Amino acid sequence: MASSQEEVTLLGVVGSPFLHRVQIALKLKGIEYKYLEDDLNNKSDLLLKYNPVHKMIPVLVHNEKPISESLVIVEYIDDTWKQNPILPSDPYQRALARFWAQFMDDKCVVAAAKFVLKVDEKEKEKATEELYEALKFLENELKDKFFAGEEIIGFVDIAAVFIPLLQEVAQIQLFTSEKFPKLFKWSKDFYNHPVVKEIMPSKDQLFVYFKARAQSLAAKKKN
Amino acid sequence: RMANEVVLLETWASMYGIRVRIALAEKGVKYECKEENLRNKSSLLLQMNPIHKKIPVLIHNGKPICDSAIIVQYIDEVWSHKAPLMPSDPYERAQARFWVDYIDKKVYDTSRKMWLSTGEEHETWRKELISVFKQLEETLGDKPFYGGDTFGFVDVGLISFYSWFYSFEIYGNFKMEAECPKLVAWVKRCMQRETVSKNLPDEKEIYDHAEASKKALELK
Repeated sequence: MASSQEEVTLLGVVGSPFLHRVQIALKLKGIEYKYLEDDLNNKSDLLLKYNPVHKMIPVLVHNEKPISESLVIVEYIDDTWKQNPILPSDPYQRALARFWAQFMDDKCVVAAAKFVLKVDEKEKEKATEELYEALKFLENELKDKFFAGEEIIGFVDIAAVFIPLLQEVAQIQLFTSEKFPKLFKWSKDFYNHPVVKEIMPSKDQLFVYFKARAQSLAAKKKN
Repeated sequence: RMANEVVLLETWASMYGIRVRIALAEKGVKYECKEENLRNKSSLLLQMNPIHKKIPVLIHNGKPICDSAIIVQYIDEVWSHKAPLMPSDPYERAQARFWVDYIDKKVYDTSRKMWLSTGEEHETWRKELISVFKQLEETLGDKPFYGGDTFGFVDVGLISFYSWFYSFEIYGNFKMEAECPKLVAWVKRCMQRETVSKNLPDEKEIYDHAEASKKALELK
């Protein structure tokens, strides 16, 4: 029995949208794993060993082999465990899914982080504008219940988990239902999806994470 | 029924466009190349990539695909009969995606910061650029290609920068051969492939282009 047992370990910090992406993917596939909480301001030896290049969470370790970068990890999970596919099977739809997931990282997450972590006023103003522009694209892109245009969650929804994290858990209003009706509904639907709801941190846990992030960013600026 | 229509929007000096050209060449795909003027973007580009308005854009039977890493994976999946670029093992695939992501995060930005700074700042970025290449050399190890025995996704992702090495060396005052000899050996191996050598622009023309861009930025 021991030889067929897959060893899956996940290093993360609760509250990190990047960690939660991976957790949603694992939960969708029904994969059991060992979770190890790390500390952004005092990184573990294990983290430095498994992700020497970026020294960042999340890191998935599967049978002693580490994978880093949340979207890379989610694709790995989809490649390895075939049940409940996360990415579409058609190459063009896959390219679109990858494009929008990358869009989240390139255009939204950084702006959202600046918006939330209370950097100086000018930066926050610029971040608000950037985020608003990005959200408008997402509002146009959203079809039905979820981004894939289906009843089941997919790669782009998973990549966008930072939205309900901020909107529903932290209750930081990124958008109103008047200006962004589709995103507003999507955020609630996604947050209430049974797989997602189980994984979401509490409001307190999320604020602890924001505080730690703000601290480590301030420390970086000093250096 | 529409024939297989492949159009590539790009600019001659873009290393990201070069990735797509190499991938299409590896697969033996015939395509039409449209050179864009980034200071006067075509209506086609704006229509096909309204979000980022950037090249390269691959248009396959009228449908656009954007972002060079995504385009190369698309090409690999559609024209899967020949020259596989992605490994077949999921773990190796994850590593390949990780390293192309690393190249995308590090090489251009670091080189640009080095290029546009002076004094102590320039020295910092110069050291950083060299360490990025040393990391990439370490990742290659003793393999002939990043893909192992065969030319693959990461090879395409990095060799596309080769025409810029000459400019990096001048602006950074270092020699790639001295800092990363194994990487230079890898470059030579890649250059033996016609798909690569025919699709890389001349390094001196790239340098002239970089100098012109630098002057234009300084005049602002």
